[in-house]
Amino acid sequence: MKLEEEIVRRQRARALITALLLGAFVVLIFFITIAKTGINW
Amino acid sequence: MPAIELTNPAALPADWRDILALTKPRVMYLVVFTGLCGLLAAPVMPPLVIGFTAILCIALGAGACGALNQWYEADIDAKMRRTANRPLPAGRMDRQSALHFGVGLSVFSVLLMGLAANWLAAGLLAISILFYVVIYTMWLKPRTVQNIVIGGGAGAFPPLIGWVAATGHVSALPLLLFAIIFLWTPPHFWALSLFVRSDYAAAGIPMLPVVAGVPSTRRQIFLYSLPMAAAAVAPWPLGLTGAVYGASAAVLSFVFVVLAGRVLANRAMEPAQMAPEKKLFAYSVFYLFALFAILVADRWLAA
Repeated sequence: MKLEEEIVRRQRARALITALLLGAFVVLIFFITIAKTGINW
Repeated sequence: MPAIELTNPAALPADWRDILALTKPRVMYLVVFTGLCGLLAAPVMPPLVIGFTAILCIALGAGACGALNQWYEADIDAKMRRTANRPLPAGRMDRQSALHFGVGLSVFSVLLMGLAANWLAAGLLAISILFYVVIYTMWLKPRTVQNIVIGGGAGAFPPLIGWVAATGHVSALPLLLFAIIFLWTPPHFWALSLFVRSDYAAAGIPMLPVVAGVPSTRRQIFLYSLPMAAAAVAPWPLGLTGAVYGASAAVLSFVFVVLAGRVLANRAMEPAQMAPEKKLFAYSVFYLFALFAILVADRWLAA
């Protein structure tokens, strides 16, 4: 495999996983906020 | 573009599988399970998402420990057959990336625990990470034969953290759970180190079988299994659990001590003839899983 192709493949895979994890983190923070707000009511 | 041979894989961005491998996901199951049991055995149940986040933070903290351990021990890992194919010794990743990943994951897991659960649980998580990385990996492991005895404390934190994440305070039962894992760790790891001792010797790690010899290690395994069994049964007479847990803990611990006795009686010096040691190692994993699962079942039955 060409070096540049391998670099691009790895960067794409990492970017995709980072995006998915960030999305999951946003959803998690949303639900934590809901739960915390519920406790304080 | 001409094809270029990949002579230095560490110069490339690390593959995501290698980043995941840094967290040692295979050894994370027990940490997550005992942390979950600590949380489920607590007398109050936090909201589902808070409980989930607390366990996630314990898992991330354990992953951070794995990454920092591999960062620090890359040279040692290269000398052992069992660990030579890890991302750092195999040259698929550079050490600095592993260090940044480990530190970043540690800070993230502690902050998230503090924000989602409470800061006492976050503090305990931070202490457990520092204990594992600094006290165990950097200080004790390469220097003393007692490395696993004291270092076992790091692996004993998860049920305590799980309990504190749910309740916000420390009490007798989670401290006993801490004691059970603390006392379970030496016989568990020494059983393993008996049949992979050549690896430890090659890497220059002063594990008990390498320094004190095989017969002495077998004696220590048996001796440690006795207080471990006492700690496992203790929650029952102390009134912290019911008879279901008490009877199960007594039977499971009795089997553990019998298997440790067989290790004590074994005279073989070759790993191929160490069936009792392999059996004890396998049983020790089952033992901890079963003990904690029954503890949760017992607490739920009582509630």
